Amino acid sequence: MSIEVNRIAKRFGSFTALDDVSLSFPSGQLVALLGPSGCGKTTLLRIIAGLETPDAGSVLFHGEDASDQDVRERQVGFVFQHYALFRHMSVFENVAFGLRVKPRAERPSNARIREKVMDLLKLVQLDWLAERYPHQLSGGQRQRIALARALAVEPKVLLLDEPFGALDAKVRKELRRWLRRLHDELHITSIFVTHDQEEALEVADQVVLMNKGRVEQVGSPNEVYERPASPFVYSFLGTVNVFHGRAAGGRVHLGPVSLGASRHADVEDAPAVAYARPHEIEIERFSPGAEGIPAQLSRLLVVGPTARLELERDDTGGIVEAEIPAARAASLSLKLGESLVVRPRRMQVFVERADAPPAQALTLES
Amino acid sequence: MTSATATLPAPLAPAARRPWRKPSVLPGFGLALGFALLYLSLIVLIPLSATFLKSATLGWEVFWATVSAPRVLAALRLSFGASLLAGVLNAVFGLLVAWVLIRYRFPGRRVADAMVDLPFALPTAVAGIALTAVYAGNGWIGQYLEPLGIQVAFAPLGVVVALTFIGLPFVVRTVQPVLEDLEPELEEAAATLGANRLQTFRRVILPAVTPALLTGFTLAFARAVGEYGSVIFIAGNMPMVSEIAPLLIIIELEQYDYAGATSVAVMMLLISFALLLLINLLQWWSARRTGRL
Repeated sequence: MSIEVNRIAKRFGSFTALDDVSLSFPSGQLVALLGPSGCGKTTLLRIIAGLETPDAGSVLFHGEDASDQDVRERQVGFVFQHYALFRHMSVFENVAFGLRVKPRAERPSNARIREKVMDLLKLVQLDWLAERYPHQLSGGQRQRIALARALAVEPKVLLLDEPFGALDAKVRKELRRWLRRLHDELHITSIFVTHDQEEALEVADQVVLMNKGRVEQVGSPNEVYERPASPFVYSFLGTVNVFHGRAAGGRVHLGPVSLGASRHADVEDAPAVAYARPHEIEIERFSPGAEGIPAQLSRLLVVGPTARLELERDDTGGIVEAEIPAARAASLSLKLGESLVVRPRRMQVFVERADAPPAQALTLES
Repeated sequence: MTSATATLPAPLAPAARRPWRKPSVLPGFGLALGFALLYLSLIVLIPLSATFLKSATLGWEVFWATVSAPRVLAALRLSFGASLLAGVLNAVFGLLVAWVLIRYRFPGRRVADAMVDLPFALPTAVAGIALTAVYAGNGWIGQYLEPLGIQVAFAPLGVVVALTFIGLPFVVRTVQPVLEDLEPELEEAAATLGANRLQTFRRVILPAVTPALLTGFTLAFARAVGEYGSVIFIAGNMPMVSEIAPLLIIIELEQYDYAGATSVAVMMLLISFALLLLINLLQWWSARRTGRL
């Protein structure tokens, strides 16, 4: 079932949680809502579930307005960050809960409930824990039970609020692969909220990036990583180096470096911000006249095939992170405190102009 | 290495002798247990056994005749009946008060929260006089109840009112922290699974607070059984009708019938002990059933 949200706004006192958000979630996809904490992603998820009422805007399920529907009628499965399992019920009863509270006319027989619950427990590979209680399970097991419980009522939509947020790194990784496989099996429209970019990029079909109550970018994991639509997305996804400068007459000036930006010819003089990922930075030993930003090597870390460098810029004192092949680092025989020049191979420039659209992406080839 | 293996069996030996004693990083198990037992003996056990010894001077026949006298039976029935009723009332409405204090934010919430403790702080005689003044036939509330044929003051109903008053804080204060810890997500989870409000309350919230509620009920009940000061003012103290067992004990003491007084006291102790044991078993059973043990 497809979901659409239309011009949703929500405020908590003076804090704007969501500011005119419109999105559509195609049927059968696994979509990640990604953003820093406080960006409104959880609020949006709760509004879709009906656990929160928006101040303005509407939620459409399968093209039908569901704004006035109660949580109980929306047929959504919701998985909470801290599991929210019923402590006084066994695992079996937790999963059976949604079936047992159905109106008498719709309630399946006990035998049917038993069969269905055991099927679900097998699906989450925990049928051997049916008689245990939640406090006897590990975090990862609890979250799988919570998922089985949500699936028991055959929801049309599955909503997961930071489902792996409370788990340790190894279990997280296992569980997100498992969630992806489960989704490929069930094909139920799913939205999950996360602040972990790695998780979003690895699991989701589509990633929605949010910041300060607004949607910054929507796209496939590859799209948002390779072609960030705004400075925020750039700095949020992965490590990135920021260079401040000015754009004027078709060129961008970043301290001593000046790069041609032909698509930028109409800009007369405006502040510009350029982003380059560590692997897009080149290093050269300093020599008078060498092109690039002079910097001192302050840290060198060689792990496996890559060498990670931290450089302190001579002009601003800012830190530049670079990743170069370990072999290259060896051939340069780098020493701490050495003077080097830093040269971005590729970067994305955003020009700040009052009349410009919020983000304008330009790729420079040096 | 060899020295280590040589010393190993030594600490194992006492553990094997006392399998119920778990190894602990905190020393002083023997001292702590010894002190706790001594303390309990001095404060609880010795005074109570003195009661039993004194009543034993009567001999079985006389003891039985004393405690099976109609007036004593009526007093015991009233004491325990009213206490149980007050405990149940407190369990129901104490839960409600705790719920309101935890779940809603309203002006004066802190004042209301502080008010719950007043029955603890007030001298019970003051409570009794205040309740009597309010519920007597010419009191603020009593004047409206009297024409309806409901007599509160100077009747068994007054006893229930007084015992409810003094027991309220126990339920509220035991249930409050548990309700506070109850995540709203549990209710939200129940709602997304299709449960209506009643089902959510009955199947999710109530089972979670039941152990605390039982504890609160037990405390309120126990307190009510032993209550004296507030009740004697409002009850009217008519033998066979509104006379509570603690008052009967005082009356017999005033007549220098020490053995008679301790006989009634022993009966009260036995019944109280049996009921408290029963409630504890109930608690154990409910903990067991929900996997907390």
